[in-house]
Amino acid sequence: MSKFITILEGLDRRWIFLAMAISVAGPILFIGITGKTLPETPTPTARAVYREIEALSPGTPVLISFDFDPASGGELTPMATSLVHQCAARGLRMVFIALWPLGPQLIDETIKRVILADYPNLKEGVDYVNLGFQSGNEAVMKVMLTDFAKAFPITKNGVAVGDVVALKGIERVDNFPLLITISAGYPGAKEWIQYVISSSGGKIKMVTGCTGVQTPGLYPYYPVQLSGLLGAIKGAAEYESLVNSSLAPKDTSAAVPAKYLEAQRRMGPQLGAHLLMIALIILGNISFFAQRNSKVRATS
Amino acid sequence: MKPSKTWVIVVAVIVVLVGIRMTIGQGMARAYVERVDQSVEVKANDIHGASTEKWTEWHPVAPKKFEAAQKADPSQTKFAFSWANTIGLWLAAFFTLAIFSFLYRDNPGYRLAEAVIIGVSAAYWGVIGFWDTLVPKLFGALTPNLIHDQVLPSLPAPTTGQVVAMYFALALGLMLLMRLAPKGGWISLWPIAFIIGVTAGLKIVSHVESDLVAQSIATFKPLVQPIVSPESAQSGWMLWPTIWASLANILLVIGVLCCLTYFFFSVEHKGVAGRAARVGIMYLMITFGAAFGFTVMGRVALLAARIEFLFDDWLWLIDPAGKRIVEVASAIGSMLC
Repeated sequence: MSKFITILEGLDRRWIFLAMAISVAGPILFIGITGKTLPETPTPTARAVYREIEALSPGTPVLISFDFDPASGGELTPMATSLVHQCAARGLRMVFIALWPLGPQLIDETIKRVILADYPNLKEGVDYVNLGFQSGNEAVMKVMLTDFAKAFPITKNGVAVGDVVALKGIERVDNFPLLITISAGYPGAKEWIQYVISSSGGKIKMVTGCTGVQTPGLYPYYPVQLSGLLGAIKGAAEYESLVNSSLAPKDTSAAVPAKYLEAQRRMGPQLGAHLLMIALIILGNISFFAQRNSKVRATS
Repeated sequence: MKPSKTWVIVVAVIVVLVGIRMTIGQGMARAYVERVDQSVEVKANDIHGASTEKWTEWHPVAPKKFEAAQKADPSQTKFAFSWANTIGLWLAAFFTLAIFSFLYRDNPGYRLAEAVIIGVSAAYWGVIGFWDTLVPKLFGALTPNLIHDQVLPSLPAPTTGQVVAMYFALALGLMLLMRLAPKGGWISLWPIAFIIGVTAGLKIVSHVESDLVAQSIATFKPLVQPIVSPESAQSGWMLWPTIWASLANILLVIGVLCCLTYFFFSVEHKGVAGRAARVGIMYLMITFGAAFGFTVMGRVALLAARIEFLFDDWLWLIDPAGKRIVEVASAIGSMLC
């Protein structure tokens, strides 16, 4: 036992990095080869996101803000895919904007991955539109509260917003009954709550999918200021399973496309990494108490 | 062993393994594109007549589409191997491994990747700042005809108010640049004061509304929260949902009061105040633990995404999206299932 404690005390941190790499890579290989994913049980916050979108009637405009960049894509891309998947299946009018400069490219990728591939009947400019990026952070949000077209005068493709059918009837941001933000930091979900939701007097509801780092800071806003919350990859996996089960084709033998299983695939590596973390915390505590006891014995 | 020797061995092992992988099955890390012909009808205006603009785009496509097209017609030109995308793929893999290599030890590969990230980010922000802020907002207001004719034909003409505001913004911007001048640096204090004043004004109102008032209201919860059956209001409270909801409210109120007590330093933390502060510390510790757990989850998700990229797009070891026709991994998977 004492030899084991001595090894633990002197363990090079690079062994821990290697163990973490194996615990993440192993499940990725297994899931990638077998195609099996872990079962998910949606929590109330994920169910609330699904419910808010489902409550809208077809043709209702929704504002979808991509407030992230590829650096957070590992967590947020699966959420973006599933959110757009549900909105498209529901027949909502999707108005995409970005407050992060790399957002428009991510919007285009999501449109290509979901709408163009699986909903080819939806027309650009009529059923969905990409308004691109606007600099100004909170200032853009404040302007949208009074004049939406002033904040986004043209689409990403250079069309004046007055000519876009998808924006018919939209003068201010509170003309959208629902705001969906996929958020990685500043500006993001917190700023939307502070500058838009609080000022709209309850006219607009908001749901968000955010990174793990942001999630604890957003929980206090749920369920009053924030109607639904997808926290980190776990929230993404729960919501993904919910959307997949509701949109599953009648022919149940048909497999769900891999792009709609991205978050659930990433829960395997999460399991491996978390088991390792728990084991390391236990081992660290054993080492700590063993050290303390030996010091106490030495002094007495 | 000297560090340089270690790195030579590590790199050699990786090169050998990649070389072996390239010779097995379909090989690895090749990117293909599909030719898409585009056209747009340009309406007639004062300067030009109506015309049709045509161009060709090359969109990334899964290898299996290229292989199927080649099998059907070896002389087809719709799908093609893309050198540019393939080099991009190899560079992405190299930089991913270079960044990971820092976990072992600092090395030139990591420093190269770090320098490239910083350089690319700075250049990208510069370009974004010019094309997405200066061109449509500043130049679009001050030289609307030039921007309308040469860059953004659909940009609406600015109002007089916008033009005046942009002259004001330009003046403030130039004053801010005086910080770089050898003399007159004090001039930059005026725009800084303006920025601080506007930001403070915006933030104070929004924080009071959303965080102070709304969060205080959200804290006033009934300690007994009756949950009625959704099927029939007559059937009375549902026992366990009522207990759980009430318990959640009680814990919330206790947590708020105890955490506030912990941060209340006008009273010595002894007796009741001390015990409440101790409970407050426990709540804070649980919060920090939850934040740490979420952060770990986030970082592991990012790591998983990069490893998935290496295994799928680069090494072609796995194929969850079915991008390739015959795959060693798929064959193993079907045997296992």
